[in-house]
Formats: sequence, structure tokens, C-alpha cells
Amino acid sequence: MAMLTRDLRASMAFVERNFNLTKRYWGWEVAWLIYSVAGALSVTLIGHSLGDEQLLLVLVIGTIFWSYLAIVFEFIGESVQWERWEGTLEYTFMAPIRRHAQLLGAALYAVIFGMIHTLFVLAVLVAFFELDLSQANFATAIAFTLLGTVSFIGIGIAASILPLMYVERGAQMVFVLQSVLLLVSGVYYSVEILPGWMQFLSQFSPATYVLDGVRAGLIEGASVGDLLDDVWPLLIMALVFIPAGLWAFGRAERYAKRTGKLKRVG
Amino acid sequence: MQTGLDPELKTAPTSQPAGVADAAPRAPRETALLAEHVTKEFRVGRKKRPVKAINNVSLRIERGEIYGVLGANGSGKSTLIRLFSTLLTLDSGTAEIFGKDVQRDEMAVKQMINRVSVDAAFFKKLSPFENLAYAAKLYGMPAASARTEAIRILARLGISEKRLGRPLEQMSRGMQQKVAIARALLTSPILLLMDEPTTGLDPRSKLEVQAFVEELRDTHDATIVLTTHDMAEAERLCDRIGIIDGGRIVVEDTPDHLKALVASDHGLEPTMENVFMTFTGKSLDDDLDEEKSEDEEEE
Repeated sequence: MAMLTRDLRASMAFVERNFNLTKRYWGWEVAWLIYSVAGALSVTLIGHSLGDEQLLLVLVIGTIFWSYLAIVFEFIGESVQWERWEGTLEYTFMAPIRRHAQLLGAALYAVIFGMIHTLFVLAVLVAFFELDLSQANFATAIAFTLLGTVSFIGIGIAASILPLMYVERGAQMVFVLQSVLLLVSGVYYSVEILPGWMQFLSQFSPATYVLDGVRAGLIEGASVGDLLDDVWPLLIMALVFIPAGLWAFGRAERYAKRTGKLKRVG
Repeated sequence: MQTGLDPELKTAPTSQPAGVADAAPRAPRETALLAEHVTKEFRVGRKKRPVKAINNVSLRIERGEIYGVLGANGSGKSTLIRLFSTLLTLDSGTAEIFGKDVQRDEMAVKQMINRVSVDAAFFKKLSPFENLAYAAKLYGMPAASARTEAIRILARLGISEKRLGRPLEQMSRGMQQKVAIARALLTSPILLLMDEPTTGLDPRSKLEVQAFVEELRDTHDATIVLTTHDMAEAERLCDRIGIIDGGRIVVEDTPDHLKALVASDHGLEPTMENVFMTFTGKSLDDDLDEEKSEDEEEE
């Protein structure tokens, strides 16, 4: 029990630290929020200009939920890189905390921040387009969001080992991985229009199933029970990605300590 | 080159050099840090050339001692500190901190140590207090006592409470380093690893930090490992000094014994500069040339 309390306190230290950083970088946060709103409007206006309500909803949901999942992925995936840039990485790894407590803290703040950011963008889009969500099944959307969040936390943890192992190129690799997820997950289109090899890759992205499920729930009013084909891959990914990510992180930490990669470079 | 060392043990002769007053014998104290035959190798450059950063280093540091590791840039000082800080794994040998193995008992070791590095590594947009509160929580300290303690330590270092709320980036390098020292002391480490804590500081800040280390020595039961390439600092602060060169501790003893040794064995003026040059076989100019050629090779 004492260990659990200690872990939770350590996790909350990361949440509080990230909150303080957000506060200190408030100007940039506002700028990114405006950019997110502008980006979401730019994409969804394509659907609006075609007078296609269905396409408009597909684009709105794609924009909103990708924005959320991308924030969760970025915050966790780049957590090591941020510390490397700030020069604090060695201090964090020298502290008597267990790694899962550190990563839980990063994940918790990512989810809170992502939710707030995304809800703001959603509010703007709903107001702008007067979207009709009378048929929507919000329970389905929430269930898929939660499942997708857990999977994306796992992928984020796995991605965060890249900056640990590759001092310069790690952050670039995380960025490329995020770009590939965007491309193959059917954010703005159906994955069925993708070439075969991309469709193959799309099966391994939790975003594919999250967007499928949320769209079916919000546009068609489908229940979670109607969407089991999208639920079980997400469940498996949620169960596999987090333990696999933590295991991989532990291995990467040992590699970094053996090769001296924790040292600040650049 | 004659170093006056036993070639096997690589330690200074145990006999009293001329000119050093007899010290009263004292009982051995608890061992704070014990390193035996520690070796660490890195592979560098495109050809993955192996470089021995630490080569068969053995040390024993007693509780309450300030042990200086004196060496030129690139001699292995920081690597040694990182090995004791659990930030690097040992290739061979063992290292224990108060009886706990740095690799097997990593978490217990982390609870006992803290480190001050040459660069004050902080979230620079955050205030000193936000940085210290974060560090304190990682070490399991309650926020209220962390604040009280942070204010007390920083006040002693000349930083008033009203400055605790401003971003660290607005502080001078010297002030940032003082906050770094406060961060390390906040968690009450029983072994403090200070890696060139005064490098790059202006003379006044340097003196203030040195005075604070002296105060720690005089008023606290602190064991400190201090790396430096400042000979005057090593002489002023350290109970014993180990000179490191090419990853090896080439000699270790008290500053007075080391100086007396170069005077008696080599007929040189008893200064730390002469000690350094005698035992490393290099002048400071040689070191600079060597660093330059290493830099060129890396490029």
C-alpha cells in the first residue's frame, strides 16, 4: 500500500509538472489551440462546401478524434525527448521512482490535456456547423474513446523508447510513426480506398477501430454490441500494448545506461 | 615518467612524506562509497572504436569525507559520477554506496544519493520552487515540508523567497547552480555527488558555492564526492584527492601529503599544479592539445 501511494505521488508529480509547463507556455498553448481549430475547420469545410451532411460528420469526427489521439500519443511518445531537450532526463532517471509511475503520470496528463483541448475544438465545430447529433449514441463514442486511449497510451510508451535509444533521430522516428498512423487509420476517408499494403498496416492502428466505432455510434446510433468487430481488436491492443510498452521501455533504459545515451546531447 | 606510485596498487605510498605533520591515529569510519575495479567502456564514432572511460578504478570513501576527483576534461570524472549515480551500468567491477550495490540495489541507492552536475539542468520556464517541488515529490517528500526546506536552503545560498516564483531562465548561471545545489540537498542525500559544481560560475558565485560546501562539511554529516579541474578548489574543499587521468586514478591522498610527496620525491615546489603534472605526466597545455586533436577526430 505504501509503495502504491508512493507511486501515485510520483505520478502526480509528473502531472503537476506538466500542468506548470502548460501554464508557463500558455501563449504557445493558445496558438496551438487556434491552429487546431483552424485546421479542423479547414478540413470540415470541404464536406460543408459539398453540401454532404454525412461527409461533414465523417470529417468532423475524424478531425476531433485524431486530434485527441494524436495529443495522447505525442505527450507520451515525446516525454523522454522533452526531458532530453530540457536537460533533466538524467535527474528523472536518477530519482527513486518506478518507471511505470513516471509513464502513468505522463499518460494521465496527456489524457486530461487531450480531452480539454479536443472538447474545445468540438465545441467550436458544433457551433459552426450546427451539427445534428440527435441520433448519436454517445455511450458508444465514449466507450471507443476510452479503449482507444488505453491502446494509444501503450503505443505512446513504446514510441517513447525511440528518443531514449536514438539521441538525435528518436524524435524524428516518433514523428514519422505518428504520420504513418494518421495516413493508414482512415482519419479523413475510409481505409477501403487505401492500397492493399496500407490497408494491411491499418489493422495495427487502434485509431482505425476507434474512428470506425465512434463514427458508427455518432452517425448511425450504433451500440457497442453492434460493433464487436471493432471492439475486440481494441481490447487486445489495450491488453498487449501497455505491458509490451513498459517491458520495451525497461529494456531501452538498460540499453541507454549501458551505452551512455541518458547523457544530454543537443 | 616517475610517479612515485606502486605500479600494482596505483596509490600513493603509505609512508609519511617529509614535511607533513603526524596526524593522530583515528578509528576507521563507516564506508560511504566502495568501488572495486570499476571499468566502463564506450564505443564512439562511426567505427565504434572502444574507449575505456573508466579503467579499473578502486576507491574507498569514508562517511563524512569530502573526496575530490581531480582531472582534466575528458579524464573520466563525470563518467565516474554517472556510474555512482546509477545512470550508467558498470562493465566490470562493483560499486557500493553505504553497503548497497549500485546495480542490484538501484532503488535503495537512489534514495541515498543526489547529484549536482556542471550544467544546472532544470525546466527553465518553471520557477525554482516549481522545479524543487517536482524534485521533492519524486523523492517522496510532502509538498509543505519541501517548500519550507527549499526556502531555508536557498536563503542560506543567498536567494530570497521572493525570487522563488520567477522562471529560472531569468536567473543568472550562478543563481541557477545554487538552485541546483538546493535541489540536491532538499532530498537529504547521505552521499552527495557534485560534478564540477563551480565550473563556469563567476568568481563571486564560485566562492559562495565553495563556502557552502565547506559549511556542509563543518555542520552536516555529509559525504561528498566532488569532481573538479580547479586545483585550488580541490585543495580548499577536499579531505582527500584522487587524480584521474585516462580513466585511471593515478594517485590519491590528502592535499598536504600529495604536495609533500612532489616536494620530497621530485624536488618540486609543493603545489597542486606540480602534483597534477607529476602524476599525470602532462602539463595543462598538453591537455588542451589532446582535447583539440580528440575534437578534430570526432568531427
